[in-house]
Amino acid sequence: MQAPVNHYLVLAAILFAIGVFGVLLRRNVIVMLMSVELMLNAVNVTFVALARKGLAVDGQVIVFFVMTVAAAEVAIGLAIILAVFAQRRTVNADEIGLLRW
Amino acid sequence: MVDLIISVALALVALVICLQVTVLLLWIERKGSALIQDRVGADRANLFGGLLPFNLGIVNTLMADPLKLLTKEDIVPAAADRLLHWLAPWLAVFPLFLTFAVVPFGDVLVVGRREINLQAVELSGGILFVLAMVSLGVYGVIVGGWASNSRYAFLGGVRGSAQMISYEIAMGLALVSVALTYGTLDLQEIARAQGRLMWGVVPAWGIFYQPIAFVLLFIAGIAESKRAPFDLPEAESELVAGFQTEYSGSKMSMFMMSDFIEVAIVAAITTTFFFGGWQVPYLYRDGFHLPGGLSVAVPSLVVTVLQIVSFFVKVFVFCWIQILIRWSLPRLRYDQLMAFGWKKLLPVGLANVTVSALLVLLLDGWTRT
Amino acid sequence: MILFWVLAVIAVASALTVILHRNVVYCALALVVALLQVALMFAALDAHLIALLQVIVYAGAIVVLFLFVIMLLSLERDAPHPGRFGARAASIAVTVALAVELGVAALVSEPGAPAPPPADFGSARMVAERLFTVHLLPFELTSILLLVAMVGAVVMARRRA
Repeated sequence: MQAPVNHYLVLAAILFAIGVFGVLLRRNVIVMLMSVELMLNAVNVTFVALARKGLAVDGQVIVFFVMTVAAAEVAIGLAIILAVFAQRRTVNADEIGLLRW
Repeated sequence: MVDLIISVALALVALVICLQVTVLLLWIERKGSALIQDRVGADRANLFGGLLPFNLGIVNTLMADPLKLLTKEDIVPAAADRLLHWLAPWLAVFPLFLTFAVVPFGDVLVVGRREINLQAVELSGGILFVLAMVSLGVYGVIVGGWASNSRYAFLGGVRGSAQMISYEIAMGLALVSVALTYGTLDLQEIARAQGRLMWGVVPAWGIFYQPIAFVLLFIAGIAESKRAPFDLPEAESELVAGFQTEYSGSKMSMFMMSDFIEVAIVAAITTTFFFGGWQVPYLYRDGFHLPGGLSVAVPSLVVTVLQIVSFFVKVFVFCWIQILIRWSLPRLRYDQLMAFGWKKLLPVGLANVTVSALLVLLLDGWTRT
Repeated sequence: MILFWVLAVIAVASALTVILHRNVVYCALALVVALLQVALMFAALDAHLIALLQVIVYAGAIVVLFLFVIMLLSLERDAPHPGRFGARAASIAVTVALAVELGVAALVSEPGAPAPPPADFGSARMVAERLFTVHLLPFELTSILLLVAMVGAVVMARRRA
């Protein structure tokens, strides 16, 4: 039996909140990026659940685009982290706050 | 209820096939490499300590090898991450087991009034599932290399995973052109679609429609399984054993198993996409219909058995070809390997997809004539 | 229904591991587990193409990238947020408020099981039909975006060499 769609919506809300908590809590930039990925996935679950409810495939098409953009974002984000690490030798967000020195 | 039993039975059959093919491949590799290198191979193990007057060569690899590996001491380096060290072999093996779930090993088995599709799971997105499992196979290498906390292992792990994700792209492009040609992602449908005859004589196997994709898929598959000539990650003369260095006993046997399962998988998907899968030329569900007009009626059970046998024969042919390649070609250097994947296979794959798409558009369903 | 609860528990547990664990490699592997649960949720919601794409793209490529960076920079140990007590309380408060708000928003919509979908809902064919007709422009723009991302990553990697 299929679970009611509202269950998936609540689960996505909880996952999104956990992602937000991760971004606020952790100081390691890589873990912050992973929490952002969690948030994006929660949004994807919401889209797919609503697509299932309204029987419109467009929700899944949007998820397709979100996945693509997330992949591009992670690639660039990690490249930036590597460049910052080469300069500052740290990935702690507190220590990369100053643009100079 | 009966459907559930059938599904479970099919899944178990797929699992058993997976394991048995692995064990047989171990023996074939041992004896095959001995044949190629003009030596005898392992023939010392014996049943009952030598009481029997003859020596079954197969005893060595079918029984002695696995027993030896399983009873060896399991050494975990002191500074290694114990959880990840234990986890890595499972991560390496599990996705490969799952890939066998979508490979069709026969057409249908007619039992009473019920036609059982001989495929463990009928997925409409079969090709994507194969790609997904290949993508998940990278984790075993990364985690295995990292968890050993050793320089050689780590280097082997990073090299291995970089190689695997590079050749995934070439494999994906080859599979895209296959999907373009057949208009479906389901492996059983693709195998069935190869049962037609071109011009009434030649069976319409995928190799005639997509020869370049076959070469691409085969090469990329060998590179994915990190076998020679692409086996720098486990280069036996350079990195000791690459990411498998710090593994012994049953964990080592799981890594070896993953190597052989992947050989079998590459062979299985190559036959499914390019050589008709379980198709026997001119054999249909009710018997042989030869091009000259001659027809031989064959009972459906015999048809099914013939098709299953043909599938396994083809799979073993391709396994043998991979073993031949391993023991004939020298190893590629790492930069040569990456250059080959990115600068040679990728453009060829892209060109193949473009040309296939153009042909499908212009000839308007050329495989469905 | 059982499937949903199993998925939900494992997904939330692995998400919490991602944000709370000290060893960054474990966080990345927990992220893989969470992403696989999301893929299974997609499959349960009849989005079969998207489920497989989730495994290929997210679990199979993005987290591999994360693991590469983590391992190449040897960044395992990360002390959780050390002090600033007010900040931690504030972030917990914000999170709980957000979760409650979103949950209520989700629950006020119509309850009950959804209508059964057409046979190939969420299959590659249906998604492709919408993707290449109605949403063709975003599709082309996304391919340009990917090209930009590729060029950007190569440029950033090259500058230090």
